[in-house]
Amino acid sequence: MTAGDGPPVKPVVGRGPTFITRLMESRWLGWAGLAVGLGAPLVIATPYALNIMTSAVIFVMLAVGLNIVVGYCGLLDLGFAAFFAVGAYTSGILANELEIPLLATVPAVIVVTVIAGIVIGAPTLRLRSDYLAIVTLGFGEIIRIVANNLDITGGPSGIYGIPGLSAFGVDLSEPVVFYWVTVLIVALAVLFAARLGRSRLGRAWRFVREDEDAAEASGIHTYQVKLSAYIAGAVWGGLAGVLFAGQLSAVSPASFTFLQSALVLMAVVLGGMGSTPGVVLGAVFISLLPELLRDFADYRFFVFGVLLIVVMIVRPQGLWPHRSSESARTAARSRTGPPGEPATDSKGAS
Amino acid sequence: MTLLQVEDLRLSFGGVRAVDGLTFTVGEGEIVSIIGPNGAGKTSAFNCITGFYKPTGGVVRVGGTDVTGRRPSAIAARGVSRTFQNLRLFGELSVLDNVRAGTHLWLRQNVFDALLHTPRYRRSEQEGTDEAHKWLDFVGLRGDRAGLVRNLPYGAQRSVEIARALARRPSLLLLDEPAAGLNHTEKTELLDLIRRIRDLGIAITLIEHDMGLVMEISERVVVLNFGKEIADGRPDEVRRDPAVIEAYLGRDDDDPVADPADPADAAAGDPQELADADPPAKEGR
Repeated sequence: MTAGDGPPVKPVVGRGPTFITRLMESRWLGWAGLAVGLGAPLVIATPYALNIMTSAVIFVMLAVGLNIVVGYCGLLDLGFAAFFAVGAYTSGILANELEIPLLATVPAVIVVTVIAGIVIGAPTLRLRSDYLAIVTLGFGEIIRIVANNLDITGGPSGIYGIPGLSAFGVDLSEPVVFYWVTVLIVALAVLFAARLGRSRLGRAWRFVREDEDAAEASGIHTYQVKLSAYIAGAVWGGLAGVLFAGQLSAVSPASFTFLQSALVLMAVVLGGMGSTPGVVLGAVFISLLPELLRDFADYRFFVFGVLLIVVMIVRPQGLWPHRSSESARTAARSRTGPPGEPATDSKGAS
Repeated sequence: MTLLQVEDLRLSFGGVRAVDGLTFTVGEGEIVSIIGPNGAGKTSAFNCITGFYKPTGGVVRVGGTDVTGRRPSAIAARGVSRTFQNLRLFGELSVLDNVRAGTHLWLRQNVFDALLHTPRYRRSEQEGTDEAHKWLDFVGLRGDRAGLVRNLPYGAQRSVEIARALARRPSLLLLDEPAAGLNHTEKTELLDLIRRIRDLGIAITLIEHDMGLVMEISERVVVLNFGKEIADGRPDEVRRDPAVIEAYLGRDDDDPVADPADPADAAAGDPQELADADPPAKEGR
């Protein structure tokens, strides 16, 4: 029976999606993005351009990783470059010392970044908001300074002579080939991050972001869930580090400054926190804009800063904000029985 | 069988004893109300039972297992759901997603299912969506389910919170002032909803200020004042309890009848006699 003598339950359907909305939520969008990424060298393929484009794609992977932490789970992390550094150094050192191909270091990189995520996350994630931000900032600096002072990381000059990317004896370190491989790997990383965001775990991240107490009351172990977001972010950041080591064949502490962490965070916020297409767009924007502004010479970063401020004033929710993920299929009522009577025994699984 | 057993529960904030020796039980499929004046410690007691506060003393057992001081998610995992006094919904998420939070504990899906979109992922997602729709139907939500929950009117948001608690498939549901802010029609619907939840075999404990609603649906009423339990019994018994009347209306200093030193004795006495003797004396003030 319906509640009391109220009218029968009738869902109100919101107004239909506009053309733009449908376009933005189309499943072909990802493929289109991939095609643009893969096709870019056909338009411009100077070594300089390829270098910039490869960096941009790696930056996309960083932003997508940080988006798991900041966008999905709402944990403000100001030291994300730490995981980028851990991945790059682990990969570079292992490849050099053991003389193995770069890709063979990936399992070790995943293990090390997971451990780094736990070591950094376990003590800090008991803190909330501002405190967490300060502590992650500290850890980011610690990692960089440790790398600057250890012998195994080569001190301030870092490590160099890291072998290029190769798989099954095929050399993939030719700039164009490396770019394409990077695009494919990053596309997979973007897809996986988005899929995680739509899963049971991803929902738990969003519940924690929205209201930790209500999430706990629903049976979500908020500490474990936050740690899992942190670890996922660490793995994404670490794998981006492997690509970075492969691209430059050298790794030095100068690449992992606070500025790097801040730029990744900026890409996430600018694109739209929690929105996969937004964050990809934000990352491309942040990494390519300074190059496109080279005409302004000395004023380049001034113009860059002003543009960022303008974007955030005009679109505070980000370039491409996250929308509710309900498709027409899930939003539709999916049962036929009379309202008010649950279809199955509610005690069955409790 | 006893579902929830609270024994000598105590909670102090510094020198303030918010809960001071509370003892009560809730049986399977029973509706128990906790009432008391503002600041009597009702919500504090709820927070101790559900793990949001660590009690300074006493024991809370759910289904015979001691859960005192465990974290809220662990207590929720034992089949206890709750709502909050001031709505705690996930404002920036869709209505469906809010209710899906309740499915977190029993939805079987791991990270690899999610990454590779295995059949198990699709099946469990469908199951979660169906369950969310089912409970939204059950609470009678009218409105856009795909839209953000914060866009719903207040009464509908209350329903969503109850739907979320039910999607957990609990054996015990704790409602903290479910009727607060509802209009007359909505209260009637709530009354009906609480009965229908009980008919599913789910025990309900509620904190409520609306006495009409409490007296109408409760099988038992526990009364708190200054953190102490002053009465526990059937609604008609409690209504006539002099200690309860005193807590709600206050006591005349010259009043010779009431005996504040021993409210427990008064409660144990013949309710009819007390009811006859006491209330007129109060009304004389």
